Amino acid sequence: MANVTNNRPLSPHLQVYRLIPTMAMSILHRITGGALYFGTLLVVWWLIAAATGEEYYNWVMWFMNSWFGRLVLFGYTWVLILHMLGGLRHLLWDVGYGFEKEFSTKLARANLIGSIALTLVVWVIGYTIR
Amino acid sequence: MDMRTPLGKVRGLGSAKDGTEHFWRQRLTAVSNVFLISFFIIFMVLYAGAPYQEMIAVLHNPLVAIVCAFVILSVTIHMRLGMQIIIEDYVHGEIGKVALLILNTFFAVVVAGAAIFALLKIAFAG
Ligand code: HEM
Repeated sequence: MANVTNNRPLSPHLQVYRLIPTMAMSILHRITGGALYFGTLLVVWWLIAAATGEEYYNWVMWFMNSWFGRLVLFGYTWVLILHMLGGLRHLLWDVGYGFEKEFSTKLARANLIGSIALTLVVWVIGYTIR
Repeated sequence: MDMRTPLGKVRGLGSAKDGTEHFWRQRLTAVSNVFLISFFIIFMVLYAGAPYQEMIAVLHNPLVAIVCAFVILSVTIHMRLGMQIIIEDYVHGEIGKVALLILNTFFAVVVAGAAIFALLKIAFAG
């Protein structure tokens, strides 16, 4: 039998559309979700280290306080906040609001800018009271 | 034209037989995540890289330990549901798909199990 499925016309995919803010943030929500999936390993590593004992914990602590560790932590919190704000947008849509073109574009921009701002605020406050 | 049988209609479960369960749990854990992750971000900023004694002391606080456990539960359920959708969207071969869906569940369970174990060990055994 001829391979029918291979010859079926495909609906246009991502590459035929111009990238607009709502689309970019939608893609980012999936990418951040996937990244956070593996990011939980960082959390488990940290908790297991604390449960294992001082010697092993100190090694993990050294990593987390190194510039690379700090960068990873900063990036992790940023991705968490980016995905969280994106998730809040989803919840807004789920209850039936926020579909207007201009508004949803504004919200997409606010999502990105807000995530960067919030991440900086959290770390600045964290460093001052620590 | 509606081709569904009357029974299928009242059950409302669709072809995957779980209705809106997946969607609903993803939203439910999204809502709980907002609160729990907000807590956890603050916790991380304050305690990631903290000295050993300090870290153990804060995790000895039952309130902190319990909320951390909820963070783990909510996040692992949510991420498993989310990754399931991603797999179903992109992996079309039946064997590969089923294999990845199984791995997805294993991963979530191992992450949750290991983290909860660590929290309990610190809480009860130091
Ligand atoms: C911080 C609060 C969070 C909120 C409010 C939130 C919200 C959401 C929502 C509403 C969805 C569904 C999106 C859709 O239907 O297209 C989703 C998807 C997802 N989330 Fe979260 N989430 C949060 C945290 C997390 C965390 C911590 C992880 C991983 C450890 C995660 C992993 C995922 C994954 C893998 C998906 C699937 C992505 C997709 O289908 O495109 N989320 N999230």
